[in-house]
Amino acid sequence: MGGMNQTTPHPRRAELIQGLLAILPADSVLYEPEDLRPYECDGLSAYRALPMVVALPSSVEQVQAVMRLAYRLKVPVVARGAGTGLSGGALPRADGLLLSLARLKSILAIDPIARTARVQPGVRNLAISEAARPYGLYYAPDPSSQIACTIGGNVAENSGGVHCLKYGLTVHNVLKLEVVTVEGERLTLGSDALDAPGYDLLALMTGSEGLLAVVVEATVRLLPLPERAQVLLAAFDDVARAGAAVGAIIAAGIIPAGLEMMDNPAIRAAEAFVQAGYPVEAAAILLVELDGTNAEVSEQVMRVRELLLASGAREVRTARDEAERQLFWKGRKAAFPAVGRISPDYYCMDGTIPRRRLPEVLERIAQLSQAYGLAVANVFHAGDGNLHPLILYDANRPGELERTEELGQRILELCVEVGGTITGEHGVGVEKLAGMCAQFGAAELAQFHAVKAAFDPDGLLNPGKAVPTLHRCAEFGAMHVHGGNPRFPELPRF
Amino acid sequence: MLPTADLTEDLAERVRAAYAAGTPLAIVGGGTKAWLGRPLHGERLDVSGHRGIVSYEPTELTLTARAGTPLAEIEAALAERGQCLAFEPPHFLVKVAQRLSKLPSPASGRGDGGEGLATLGGTVACNLSGPARPYTGACRDFVLGVRLINGRGEVLRFGGEVMKNVAGYDLSRLMAGAQGTLGVLLEVSLKVLPRPPAELTLALELDAAAAVERFNAWAGQPLPITAACHVGERAYVRLSGAEAAVRAARQRLGGEVIEAGAAFWQSVRELEHGFFKAPGVLWRLSLPPAAPVDLKLRQFIDWGGAQRWVVSDAELWDLAAAAGGHATRYHKSRASDSPRSPPPQAGEGLGVREPFMAGTSASMSGGDLSAMNGYRGGRRDRVFQPLNPALLALHRRLKAAFDPKGILNPGRLYPEL
Ligand SMILES: Cc1cc2nc3c(=O)[nH]c(=O)nc-3n(C[C@H](O)[C@H](O)[C@@H](O)COP(=O)(O)OP(=O)(O)OC[C@H]3O[C@@H](n4cnc5c(N)ncnc54)[C@H](O)[C@@H]3O)c2cc1C
Ligand SMILES: Cc1cc2nc3c(=O)[nH]c(=O)nc-3n(C[C@H](O)[C@H](O)[C@H](O)COP(=O)(O)OP(=O)(O)OC[C@H]3O[C@@H](n4cnc5c(N)ncnc54)[C@H](O)[C@@H]3O)c2cc1C
Repeated sequence: MGGMNQTTPHPRRAELIQGLLAILPADSVLYEPEDLRPYECDGLSAYRALPMVVALPSSVEQVQAVMRLAYRLKVPVVARGAGTGLSGGALPRADGLLLSLARLKSILAIDPIARTARVQPGVRNLAISEAARPYGLYYAPDPSSQIACTIGGNVAENSGGVHCLKYGLTVHNVLKLEVVTVEGERLTLGSDALDAPGYDLLALMTGSEGLLAVVVEATVRLLPLPERAQVLLAAFDDVARAGAAVGAIIAAGIIPAGLEMMDNPAIRAAEAFVQAGYPVEAAAILLVELDGTNAEVSEQVMRVRELLLASGAREVRTARDEAERQLFWKGRKAAFPAVGRISPDYYCMDGTIPRRRLPEVLERIAQLSQAYGLAVANVFHAGDGNLHPLILYDANRPGELERTEELGQRILELCVEVGGTITGEHGVGVEKLAGMCAQFGAAELAQFHAVKAAFDPDGLLNPGKAVPTLHRCAEFGAMHVHGGNPRFPELPRF
Repeated sequence: MLPTADLTEDLAERVRAAYAAGTPLAIVGGGTKAWLGRPLHGERLDVSGHRGIVSYEPTELTLTARAGTPLAEIEAALAERGQCLAFEPPHFLVKVAQRLSKLPSPASGRGDGGEGLATLGGTVACNLSGPARPYTGACRDFVLGVRLINGRGEVLRFGGEVMKNVAGYDLSRLMAGAQGTLGVLLEVSLKVLPRPPAELTLALELDAAAAVERFNAWAGQPLPITAACHVGERAYVRLSGAEAAVRAARQRLGGEVIEAGAAFWQSVRELEHGFFKAPGVLWRLSLPPAAPVDLKLRQFIDWGGAQRWVVSDAELWDLAAAAGGHATRYHKSRASDSPRSPPPQAGEGLGVREPFMAGTSASMSGGDLSAMNGYRGGRRDRVFQPLNPALLALHRRLKAAFDPKGILNPGRLYPEL
């Protein structure tokens, strides 16, 4: 981690500022260091850099004008929503423009009949569900950061939440996007119908980390609020049993609305923070949420309870009421900050693995944790195999940051080795570029770059993020053996 | 089950050779007779021999299979474990498929038994989804990863076999609906789901406008609806899920229980319902689900209002666009009616086969193809809603990013791609 080596300001800085001031009111163009400070990092605060200039447009036309200007001056542009990203996707560049979408924050329309919300990119995730609630509807993807993160950021990261096993990720819940291209042209992707002619650019844009275009409006799908939701909490004496219980529930044909696991260090941290009533002695807990009609939930709660006990749970609790249900979830949703309280710093990983490999992966993470002398707490979207190991460290201790980063990289390689991926929902950003070299070969990376060039031939949108250059991969020394084949066989080994 | 085979190397070699020589390729999955012996503009690249389920993990809800694997084989494997493809892809050749899938040994035909079966690759390439689509998602929603050959003959893997994966651009979903113009699919990993324990179909007497209103209102309530369509003066609604949920919803919605519900939805999925047998050109209108109903049209409303099949000799492009959606022309000329016509020229589409004759080999003769191909003639020959110039330009750049020499299914989607 550590600060990124940034280049010096762009030679056309003055021209850029002048041009921006012709487009935007003076309070929407920031370039004094003290004004730039709040934008120096996102949720991955180990990486910091002051942007050259920040622009805060408040209309789509302004975004277009800003993009046209930056394009003409060939100034790199980094889009930013709420800055809660965990992979440095919104990390500014010293030679670039930071384009904040925070002022585009209107909910333009809620259509209760067609069940859609049309919103500007700076609208917070939770605000959509709040606006839809009077109609008995909600927006399903619910990242733990939902009180703060924006829909534009969600689209850029294809964010998930604790309910995505049943209700899908952002990509499954967006119908239409208005985007502004690097040239400042406005395009509509997707439609108000369920599909659109031509290539699925909606899917391509989702998860593209601000590298292909700037999202200036999103139409999302709203779902009916379930009649009832019930959560069960099961405690286990070992993680392997908890993992097997997840498989048993799914094998029984039940798709819970949420299916989360926490290991002992995570349980302790969360319990100390929010007093959710978690059993602090347990090796692992599972939170299983069932939703649907009243009768359906009653039926399934019984089934799941039996399955959990049969899988070796030593205790299964059902939330007595809505307040307790919220409390069970509060512990889980607060897991990151909870770990933040018990350690000076923590580093959140985001690998996805085939769920059946969980016991083995946790075992090996424990070994790595010992070898590196760094504690790891595990929070797991168990239903869909998305693992968040949180590495506890202290940045003030010399060398610890570097060791943490190395341990993180080893964990990601482990995820790839067992057939998984280096990032399930937080994105690559600047953080997992090395992991990309482990997961993809040279031809695949070249294909990504070709796609990028189809949108942004000069590479001005969020350059240096998400997809490493082959040169960069060689630098990382990421000459890993992958699937029996050395990566980048054509490159020299040092 | 048909024999499995991994033809990755052969197929990649073919594409590399075509790239070197600049030869257009026509990718064929189902290998139906329509494609056999037709001197198509492109050189035939048959993927149907590349088949077999590579992995299936019921408790992970994932399945990976080679692109040439018959859909029927995949569905049979899933059914054995009480699971399904929740997007209900149409086979359009279901009778043939079912017959062949029951045979213990390779069926006769082209000798390898794959002939006439809808394949996984063709299904994903067309992004085909059935009646459940508005409720459970489209084919593209279930794609987790692909292995493909790009237009340079490189074998690439994107996505994976896990539910969540944001490493790199989502190039696997991009393949869904690209009709093979961006890559030859080799393998697809899909999310699969348990089959609902209970299912029930209700019919209600309603006119089309009232039905669409009702479908939308219901979709905004927590009801276990997994299909809703309207034809004639009746609305049909399928309830699926836990026994108790289905029972409760049935009470609430009223109407009469249709005994042959499964067969009814099958006929909708495969476009074999009587409606689709009427003469005339069949249009698929994909519209916002609550778009007003034009009662003058002869239509079959599916997808809870979002997919409207219309038989009309008029061009419906503008109508679809004005309603906020888009149109696809499903041609309706019968094989036997169509004169044999010359093969398509460079830049022409390879055409789309005729759906209603599906299930009979007669429909797969050349006539359908030529009736469908050729976009030069303008509106009359369009299959897909035209793109605006800016979007089209982006499509062309994307196509070039995957297929710089334009050798993969050129013209299949649009003449410019
Ligand atoms: C507008 C429209 C109309 C249709 N009408 C009909 C119809 O009338 N009758 C009918 O039977 N089907 C029709 N289809 C669907 C489709 O052709 C098949 O029915 C589908 O189920 C897949 O079957 P297949 O394996 O036979 O694919 P094919 O028919 O062999 O191929 C379908 C398309 O997918 C491409 N493709 C196939 N395999 C691959 C692969 N591995 N990689 C990349 N691309 C591949 C082909 O080049 C072609 O563009 C239609 C589709 C659309 C979009
Ligand atoms: C405590 C905590 C918990 C979290 N929990 C989850 C979780 O459960 N699930 C999950 O998926 N993530 C989670 N995250 C990560 C983060 O909240 C998400 O990635 C979120 O989507 C980022 O939104 P943002 O508005 O903050 O975007 P930013 O951080 O501002 O930006 C993220 C990326 O999106 C790009 N971007 C932003 N807006 C636009 C736009 N309008 N157009 C184009 N590109 C744009 C940026 O360039 C950057 O690459 C969590 C983060 C924190 C701090």
